[in-house]
Amino acid sequence: MQSYALLFISIALVNNFILAKFLGLCPFIGVSKKRKQAAGMGFAVIFVMTMASAVSWVVYQYFLAPTEHNLFYMMMGGGRPASDFDFTFLTTIVFILVIATLVQLVEMFLMKVIPPLYEALGIYLPLITTNCAVMGVALLNVKDFGMLHDLSTSFLSTVVQGFGAGVGFLIVIFLMSGIREKLDLLEVPQALKGAPIAFICAGLMALAFMGFAGIGQ
Amino acid sequence: MKNEVIKGLFRENPVFVLMLGLCPALAVSVSLKNAVGMGLAATFVLVASNTIISLFNRYFPSKIRIPCFIVVIATFVTMVEMVMGAYLPALNQALGIFIPLIVVNCIILGRAEAFASRHKLLPSILDGLGMGAGFGLALTIIAGAREILGSGTFWDIRITSAYAPEGAMHPAAVMVMAPGAFFVIAFIMGYMNWRKAKKAGTAV
Repeated sequence: MQSYALLFISIALVNNFILAKFLGLCPFIGVSKKRKQAAGMGFAVIFVMTMASAVSWVVYQYFLAPTEHNLFYMMMGGGRPASDFDFTFLTTIVFILVIATLVQLVEMFLMKVIPPLYEALGIYLPLITTNCAVMGVALLNVKDFGMLHDLSTSFLSTVVQGFGAGVGFLIVIFLMSGIREKLDLLEVPQALKGAPIAFICAGLMALAFMGFAGIGQ
Repeated sequence: MKNEVIKGLFRENPVFVLMLGLCPALAVSVSLKNAVGMGLAATFVLVASNTIISLFNRYFPSKIRIPCFIVVIATFVTMVEMVMGAYLPALNQALGIFIPLIVVNCIILGRAEAFASRHKLLPSILDGLGMGAGFGLALTIIAGAREILGSGTFWDIRITSAYAPEGAMHPAAVMVMAPGAFFVIAFIMGYMNWRKAKKAGTAV
């Protein structure tokens, strides 16, 4: 139990997706102007990230990875070793299609079953499909890219990681929107208005979040 | 014709003006080598996918054209992943997760949707080249600033050892870390805004 809590803190704060890993910057800069919008986007991202990392992990373990429970191995295995069924080169294509389909299904489901939630999320849901953050968290669960990340060893840790990444995103985008709302009332040099001052604030926030490093120890 | 290529470099630069492709722009621009490598990889995928999409657009059913574009783009990204993994392992290691993330690079899907699916083959190729070059240029500028200020090297050649072996100037390590990226892009964008305001003759 304790290791899940540490995993959550690590991915939400220490290895924050926006400020430490640079994933999810487009919506971060684009949607962080008002607090309501930012909160809406943050919750949508948590929702999509958790589901996407869970589903893509399952697909990876049972269809792509050369392990004992690879479905293709179980169906057609015969005398060949499990390592013959290595489809991991298809990871990129399969993951992005899984995510795109998942978001489409979620949109249709929400439209029919929970219309108020669908209205609230609005345009953010399709926007999240081609988002580095969602694809990034799905990939980080299964492949080590030298980001000092523990690969997910169980379904539960995948879900925790996806959820934690989303929560980290929400925290940062909400903080940023609060700052930007205040910035609108101040005198910013003309050349720096808009995106540049937002990036400077992001840089200062990144500096602050660097203080979380070492919390896992 | 030439305009198609040039516009991607400055006037419609994907990173600084359209604000697309920010994630790799900030994450990869730690050193010039990485930046150029990423720029070339992304340009290849962009030109190749623009070509295929422009040629075969009429065969994609309109309602599912975005997933079709994504499959085309993902195919070329997988090719890049495989080739890089085999022949350029050091660059592969350095760019890490951002090679497969080329598939969600807003620039590529954006140009496919906005341009390649509505224009003929040659303009699409030129547009791909221009946008890819603009992306690479943006990455190179950011990487140049961060590498010189952050590690005191230029393309891995140490340039701060004028007065002492380890360098008279100690590099500011924060520049190659997360905050430095944000500061550098902020000031580059600010500079571009300032230039635009001066040209338009308005007060700064």
